Amino acid sequence: MLVSILHRATGTAMAIGGGVIFTWWLVSAAMSADAYNIFYHWIVQSDASSTHEGLQAVVNILAKLVGIGLTWSLFQHMASGVRHFVLDTGAGYELKTNRMGALLTIAFSITATLMVWAILLTTGKLI
Amino acid sequence: MGTGTGLGRVRGLGSAKSGTHHWWLQRVTAAANLILMIWFVVSIVRLPVVDHQAVVLWLKSPLVAVPLVLLVLSTFWHFRLGLQVFIEDYVHEEGNKVAALLLLNAYVFLCGALCVFSILKIAFGGVPA
Repeated sequence: MLVSILHRATGTAMAIGGGVIFTWWLVSAAMSADAYNIFYHWIVQSDASSTHEGLQAVVNILAKLVGIGLTWSLFQHMASGVRHFVLDTGAGYELKTNRMGALLTIAFSITATLMVWAILLTTGKLI
Repeated sequence: MGTGTGLGRVRGLGSAKSGTHHWWLQRVTAAANLILMIWFVVSIVRLPVVDHQAVVLWLKSPLVAVPLVLLVLSTFWHFRLGLQVFIEDYVHEEGNKVAALLLLNAYVFLCGALCVFSILKIAFGGVPA
């Protein structure tokens, strides 16, 4: 029940939020270094020489929260998608198995999100 | 009307009018997304920095640009299929439904085309690193 609606919610979040941010990232990279830096300073790391530095720092934190949310959405949608493949074969409908599969998708998505962000935040790439 | 089997009378009358082909393509793109997104996440995590120079140099490799183009095609196609079902389920008024579906198509084709063009422009050396 919960995992089913999460599949839809995470998919919609990625399609709209993820799609726009991903497109902005690629288009800015293809335009110029200056255009890319606008993306970079607002989303990844604020620019110390900019008059918007304070506001950028706040947006950076919000962007990280959105990034963590989208990463979790990706892994949750990926895991429940794989679960859908199993259910499509007609397997896994026994109550206990079904419930265990649903819980596993949540365990996977939280673990994978923590791992990815632990690496991103400790390697200093985003700071 | 009134003749034929029960199934024959209702077939095609759901909110989407048809479905098998849509359902199948959603699975095909899902399988492609699974492989390509794992590659993408691992690649981004492994990049030491994500500034302009690093991203441009990364995208110049055919072994990056081609999978990324495939990722864009597969995910945006999957977006379109998924959001179409979302709209068909939640937007009940026929005019609004058609308008939402047109907007969805405009969104995925515009963003998808921008992404593919941007990747190719960088890959073909159109952007100085």
